[in-house]
Amino acid sequence: MIEDLGAGRRARTRTLAEARADAHARADVRVEAMPYLPASSSPYAPVGVDTSRIVWAETVGGPGYTHATLARGTRIRFEDTDGHACAHVVVFNADRHGERLNLADTQKVPWQAYLGAGHPLLSGDGRVLATVAADTSTRHDALCGVTTLAANRRRYGAGEAHSATPAGRELLRLAAAKEGLGARDLPPSVSFFKGVRVEPDGALEWTGSAGPGVTVDLIAEMPITILVANAPHPLDPEDSYRSTPLRIHAWTAEPSSDRDPWWSGSPERARAYANTQQYLTARGIR
Amino acid sequence: MTVTWATYEADYFDYSGPMVPGAVVLDHEIAPRSGWSAVVSAGTVLTLVDVGGNQSGDCLIYAAADTTERYSVPDTLVAQRNAYLVEGSVLMSNEGRPLMTIVGNEVERQDTIGGACSKESNTLRYGHHTRFHHACRENFLLEGARHGLGARDLVSNINWFMNVPVEADGTLGIVDGMSAPGKRVALRAERDVLVVISNCPQVNNPCNDFNPTPLRVIVTDPSASVSETDRR
Ligand SMILES: [Zn+2]
Repeated sequence: MIEDLGAGRRARTRTLAEARADAHARADVRVEAMPYLPASSSPYAPVGVDTSRIVWAETVGGPGYTHATLARGTRIRFEDTDGHACAHVVVFNADRHGERLNLADTQKVPWQAYLGAGHPLLSGDGRVLATVAADTSTRHDALCGVTTLAANRRRYGAGEAHSATPAGRELLRLAAAKEGLGARDLPPSVSFFKGVRVEPDGALEWTGSAGPGVTVDLIAEMPITILVANAPHPLDPEDSYRSTPLRIHAWTAEPSSDRDPWWSGSPERARAYANTQQYLTARGIR
Repeated sequence: MTVTWATYEADYFDYSGPMVPGAVVLDHEIAPRSGWSAVVSAGTVLTLVDVGGNQSGDCLIYAAADTTERYSVPDTLVAQRNAYLVEGSVLMSNEGRPLMTIVGNEVERQDTIGGACSKESNTLRYGHHTRFHHACRENFLLEGARHGLGARDLVSNINWFMNVPVEADGTLGIVDGMSAPGKRVALRAERDVLVVISNCPQVNNPCNDFNPTPLRVIVTDPSASVSETDRR
């Protein structure tokens, strides 16, 4: 790897020829947080995945954000490389952004507050946007959302996107804006890699990280737009702002089918996939 | 076959009254299955009465001055580090700022994780035969439209008088309510807020005792003197 040139490392840029040469000389810099293009060239390609099928490969900084619009049947793998990533995720139907993640339905319909392998991410329109297909972390949270500018100012002194301690919501606003979406389009988000449990009296207990190297896989069950912010969980007890990189790989795979155990894991889920299938068939999406 | 969708009048109904004294600014009966909305001014108190008992009032709250700032389940839960709403709970916005505070509550706990019912989710939860049952999402969309709001503005909500326990293994769901005729909850507006309430039409689970009944909403202004009429 070549060292990051960083701020203020100016070369000779007095003339346009010098400035262009200087710009070109920066191209081969490699840093921790960056996308890999083509995606098949990712130095961290998941083992067992045909690299020619990889459509998105990126390490999101801690903190940082990213976003993508993906085809039905895309498998998305998040990895908490160093143990302190927290992937705050919002998913939309790519064709109709008004259809989006509804966390209350995502918990209520399967009668389960805690997300894990096989859990559907449901829209408010009674369909499955994506399925949690694999999970080596088991520490997730669908109750606490993201930090806000107001909360981060109180806790860390700053929460703006440009600050060293950006709030998760500020990052999601930017991810949303890049996909043509605004503040109205941000429902409560789900958090992967940081766990919370509900005590009998309702108290929210922090169960935290499962450690470095754990992964969560999602399968896009329809064309989706996905927003991802990597920022500390609102209940993270660490005094300092603690955030490490989040690695993302996505590859062309298969949407869920009746061969998958979660397809008919409960009558509610079976009907959720049936609704999704009906919508896609009518829409002409295979 | 005649289907009874709701009970509009009954001997056991208890319309109660405001929890916090003050001049009555507004007093409205939300008919079973219908929606209601109004701007509630800072400092005034909204009392919601469960007239028939165990009737869920699905509720969304927006900052009146900028409706992109709205009630947020996660921000509310994080602020109090608890999944249930009780007296003293502050209802927070998606910007981490207080919208309303629960200043009175006559049931053990109030729900904010169960979400609103919809025709669409009813098909998942109870089968496609429920597709044409009226639902809270319909009421939210119609009431919201009166204020320029649409599907993009619907987020996770509060369910007054609904009971949604979470068990140790994460199992959650709607069970029999802990409310009764005349039980109340009172909310003080911390800013001018737009309150939207759907008197839940659900007849497929116990959130309304399988029998939608009226809700009464009363807004009082504690800073204004109580008139003779109100004191009666
Ligand atoms: Zn309802």
